[in-house]
Amino acid sequence: MMVGKSQLELVCPAGTPASLRVAVDAGADTVYCGFQDETNARNFPGLNFSPKELGEAVQYAHAKGARVLVAINTFPRAGAVQLWHEAIDTAARCDADAVILADIGLLAYAAEHYPDLRRHLSVQAAAANADAIQFYVQAFGVKRVVLPRILTVAEIAVINTQTSCETEVFVFGGLCVMAEGRCSLSSYATGKSPNMNGVCSPASHVDYHEEDGELVSRLGEFTIDRVSKHEPAPYPTLCKGCFSAGPYRGHVFEDPVSLDAAALLPQLAKAGVTALKIEGRQRSRSYIRDVVSSFRRAVDALASGDPAPAGELRRLSEGQTTTAGAYRKTWR
Amino acid sequence: MTTRPTLTLGPLLFNWTADQWTDFYARIADEAVVDRVCLGEVVCSKRLPYYISRISDTIERLQRGGKEVLLSSLALVTLKRERQMSADLAANEEMEIEVNDLTMLAHKECGRRFTVGPLINVYNEGTLAYLAGQGAVRVCLPPELPFTSVELLAGAAKRVGVEAEVWAFGRAPLAISGRCYHARVHGLAKDNCQFVCGEDPDGLKVETLDGEDFLAINGVQTLSYTYCNLLGDICRLSAAGVTSFRLSPHSCDMVAVAQIFRIILDGGVEEEAAVRELAALLPDASFANGFFSTLNQ
Repeated sequence: MMVGKSQLELVCPAGTPASLRVAVDAGADTVYCGFQDETNARNFPGLNFSPKELGEAVQYAHAKGARVLVAINTFPRAGAVQLWHEAIDTAARCDADAVILADIGLLAYAAEHYPDLRRHLSVQAAAANADAIQFYVQAFGVKRVVLPRILTVAEIAVINTQTSCETEVFVFGGLCVMAEGRCSLSSYATGKSPNMNGVCSPASHVDYHEEDGELVSRLGEFTIDRVSKHEPAPYPTLCKGCFSAGPYRGHVFEDPVSLDAAALLPQLAKAGVTALKIEGRQRSRSYIRDVVSSFRRAVDALASGDPAPAGELRRLSEGQTTTAGAYRKTWR
Repeated sequence: MTTRPTLTLGPLLFNWTADQWTDFYARIADEAVVDRVCLGEVVCSKRLPYYISRISDTIERLQRGGKEVLLSSLALVTLKRERQMSADLAANEEMEIEVNDLTMLAHKECGRRFTVGPLINVYNEGTLAYLAGQGAVRVCLPPELPFTSVELLAGAAKRVGVEAEVWAFGRAPLAISGRCYHARVHGLAKDNCQFVCGEDPDGLKVETLDGEDFLAINGVQTLSYTYCNLLGDICRLSAAGVTSFRLSPHSCDMVAVAQIFRIILDGGVEEEAAVRELAALLPDASFANGFFSTLNQ
């Protein structure tokens, strides 16, 4: 299906080749994925694509009129940049529709060696205003920027009037409360970071145990949460943990909520956004099918002027609680 | 050729009163054995109006004290006034800038020299080379880098004529957000924050529910609870080609902190003795060089 200029493009996650096919069949305009190594920000065991799988996935998607973006969005390790260069080489060879990059050294490499390969700026680059975005457009020919999840709709609208590149915004799934690509909290607690290793609060460093009738979840050496042993224990994502600071005891950084901006689609469209991004390459096929189908219906309803189907995604969200995040100014 | 390693006093990250700010830099100008001082608001644009009128006198005083002065840019730029702050900083051609957000590169005329602050993601040789090509003369490497990366990047920096600096003292900056955590834990909104961050001159401690000291919040910024302290790593860092060491201002006696680092850089004392001296100066602080030890496995 071709995406009309006025219609929002739906960009969906694919952690595996099977998920990619599910997302395409459920109505994704575009699918994003990564390789099986530390070059991408969802470097989890059992996830991601081999070069051969990417080639097949691109063929599958293109045959159905969908696009494939390849996320190579961690920051290459000194002395090992070759691995990241090879990831770009492979994406280009597989006829990917774009690469999603954050590191300026990699952007320079891609612009020099593959000028015709579309470059998207990853959310990990944290380009949060029109001037910063124009720098990436002028220096590296970036065609689209994925905006940090800390901006209001009004700020996004300003960016769209003052830059010459497309914007893509997160609408559903996990919610980072820090400027992404500029957070080393996970690194501090576990030695593994999103920027360097493509993981945040990794399962390899998680420990659950019972203590005094409570279920304690720990990350590295630190207690991230304590709940009654009859409650479901939340995964100890560092910034969603329960801590104390001065007289305050609770979720210092963010509640264990996930993002759902489905209700804001009309405002985001009006703000000039090109594409809507769904987070969750680590999610199951059935989750992907449900979320993609729901957003397909919502985007189509918006395009045809019908009322949006609201709230149907709530059961899919972690912790059963959602937020519109920074898109509403009161979040700050 | 061996050059004398230098000391940089980083920008003050915390919300001190204008008088504390002025007095602090006056003493630095007169007494501290640092080679350069970064001035300006990095964390929250709402704080700047309180001391902006004092900056030009302070620059002059520091320069008279023999210090090179750099102006630091804001770390996270989203609002119109913050974009204007960045543009104004770039328009001041007399001062060298410490770039803390790549927004500055949109303003900076090509070829003008600048320093790259520790909040810019310089993880590899390609990024370092690109920034050197744009006019970077010094790069303070991100505090989360393992020693092996610091070693490789210091070598790469030397080849492109850039000075490599590391974060050597002070709570390590870990994250920046659009949300103000100081306001949040006080039940306030960012727009009506009442500047509660001013109550904590070194940040507000965040403890786990089991009472473990963990982090410190400073408005929109999150820092380590521990104070980074690389005194014990000075020799291997120098040998690796690091030529500058950054001290981040805290409410302790920074003149004395600088003195301890200067003596060790000049080879005047053993590392262990210097570490003991610093511990005596900050009896309540916990020190760490964890990014070096845990990641360099």
